[in-house]
Amino acid sequence: MKRLIALTLFMTTVLFSFSQNKTLPSVDIKTIDGGNTNTSIFENEGKPIVISFWATWCKPCIKELNAIAEEYDDWVDETGVKIIAVSIDDSRNMAKVKPRVNAEMWEYEIYIDPNKDFARAMGVGPVPHTFILDGNKNIVWQHTGYADGDEAELFEQIKKLTK
Amino acid sequence: MKKIFFVLLLSPLIILGQDNSGQVSGDFFINTQTYNEDAKIGAGKVSEYLLMNGYSNIRFTKGNFSAGLRYESYLNALEGFDPRYQGNSIAHRYAQYKIEGLDITVGNFYEQFGNGLILRSYEEKQLGIDNSMDGIRLKYSPTKGLYLKGFIAKQRLFFELGPGIIRGFDAELNINDALNFLSESKIKYTIGGSFISRYQGDIDNIPYDMPENVGAYAIRTNISTDKITLNTEYAYKDNDPKGGFSGSNFAPGKALITNLSYSPKKGFGLIFEAHRVDNMDFRSDRTATLQDLTLSYIPAITKQHVYSLAAFYPFATQPIGELGFQGELYYTFKKKSKLGGKYGTKITANYSRVNALNGGSSVLTGLEEHTPMFFSIKNETLFFRDANIEVRKKLSKKVKFTANYIDLIYNKDIIEGKNNGKNINAKIGVLDISYKIKPKKTLRLELQYLAVNKNEKYYQDKGNWTMGMLEYTISPKWFFALSDQYNGGYTDVDGEHDAVHYLNFSCGYTKKANRFVLGYGKQREGIFCAGGVCRRVPSSNGLTLTITSSF
Repeated sequence: MKRLIALTLFMTTVLFSFSQNKTLPSVDIKTIDGGNTNTSIFENEGKPIVISFWATWCKPCIKELNAIAEEYDDWVDETGVKIIAVSIDDSRNMAKVKPRVNAEMWEYEIYIDPNKDFARAMGVGPVPHTFILDGNKNIVWQHTGYADGDEAELFEQIKKLTK
Repeated sequence: MKKIFFVLLLSPLIILGQDNSGQVSGDFFINTQTYNEDAKIGAGKVSEYLLMNGYSNIRFTKGNFSAGLRYESYLNALEGFDPRYQGNSIAHRYAQYKIEGLDITVGNFYEQFGNGLILRSYEEKQLGIDNSMDGIRLKYSPTKGLYLKGFIAKQRLFFELGPGIIRGFDAELNINDALNFLSESKIKYTIGGSFISRYQGDIDNIPYDMPENVGAYAIRTNISTDKITLNTEYAYKDNDPKGGFSGSNFAPGKALITNLSYSPKKGFGLIFEAHRVDNMDFRSDRTATLQDLTLSYIPAITKQHVYSLAAFYPFATQPIGELGFQGELYYTFKKKSKLGGKYGTKITANYSRVNALNGGSSVLTGLEEHTPMFFSIKNETLFFRDANIEVRKKLSKKVKFTANYIDLIYNKDIIEGKNNGKNINAKIGVLDISYKIKPKKTLRLELQYLAVNKNEKYYQDKGNWTMGMLEYTISPKWFFALSDQYNGGYTDVDGEHDAVHYLNFSCGYTKKANRFVLGYGKQREGIFCAGGVCRRVPSSNGLTLTITSSF
């Protein structure tokens, strides 16, 4: 029986390598005002979307979002990209998300994923974890962690999509 | 056998997925560590020498259908994790289908009602927590703005299931979506209510009748405008005695949490939170202890510190009963203002305080009856108090820093179940400076100092600590870090402890969603927390390798 499991897992491994065009999963998620919505409403009219998973207690996440914020206007002018920042803060910190976002002066679209349903569907473990979606909302690139300067690589990848 | 059946059920679906519309995705995590015996830091012998925690999620999606499983492997579980995680198992598997607003899940699922006061089933892998439900769940949205959820399930306990059967129902209404004339209103209203019932058979041979069906109820509201948000939830739990021979408590449980945030303009935010918890430990097995089979989740009302010495004395909620408050202020001094300088300055100030309920939590036994006053602070046992401030500033194109100062009081006796008779007062300073050598090369220095108050009023615990770390990152792929934590030695009931260095080196390589981290050195004993739940990590000395991947 163990062999069967191993075989099935192996088959799965082989098969996933065929799958392309990973699309955005449709998962219920909270708005910053405490309402309900679904990730299927994420939209940027054919232009790229960046989804960044973060949390109020995650230093590198805040660093990354601040580094992008400094250049965000230029990014939008050049590529039309939209940044969606999804907080995985649970009920301990989720009420802090709105005043914090406002105080950081971020212009991003913000959602909250308090029990990590969306993070799980996207295969997100430790944060930050950043995804790029192309104009058809296919996941085309992803990156975990943040080191100073990583935003340059992110922008290079976004530009590739709009050429 | 059942598990194998499930895997077989999945495989044709995966094959079906080849017509381009189906897709497979997943993630992988492994953490291995070697353990050298090291008497100086109190790291004992580990007979396996090498231990490992690992898991992989595999998900299949095709249109409205999805299914997935998680293979978990603990050979054997890392030190600090519950040894009941042992061996291999497909510990999580599910299938889910959505059609016309109806969402059906069979198998394992995670669920949270409201803030989680009566139900939060969740995973926190780094803490070894996974209390997923195994059963059937339905979600339905019959009309715009109304969301209904219901489930019947058993709860996961390591590689088994707990004895209780849990029935849950939750309804939430976004009033602005439901009522057309409010759809353009600037004030957003949400109300919700939930119910949980646990069935667990009576216990024979004890002098009490245990209630076999225990109910818990919660109501909540959220009112939000552009500037102000008010969120409140109240929960009530029927009496749920543990079934002990003496002192079994028949008092019901209650919890009230509320928070109010105010952010009138960009660059300014304020939040105030309060909660009162009384006898609210609710689990799917009435006799469960530790972190086993928890249903209720009471979020900690204190700041979640990140720097290692700042997080040295973390508070954990006492679900048995507490009264807590927290306030936090965020402010950005604008660019080119007096305090903002060229690039602006950001500050965060936070204060929190938690104490016992008046005279202790509610008690109702044959011998004793006590109901605490709703609000009482002055003469109550202090659990935790924290006043802290953080300043973040960019000095030039190349240099930026973060500075923290924290002054906290920690009741070790209550939080860790010790018996020192005194609280700890610690003052912690942190300075984190980064210097951008080139656009993609950054050097970062972290200096931290923790000083305990040596006044007779306080317990000195392990005395003072110093920490330094130097990190070098080459974006987007590499990092190297060297750190040392130093304890100058102290004397306690066990005798004298020598000064100790905890030297550690780590480096990491990231390529897109693959991340490899290799570390070598000593780690001090400590409490590792995430999301308000904590795990004690013992001292260790060895080599660690962590790999995460997502596909």
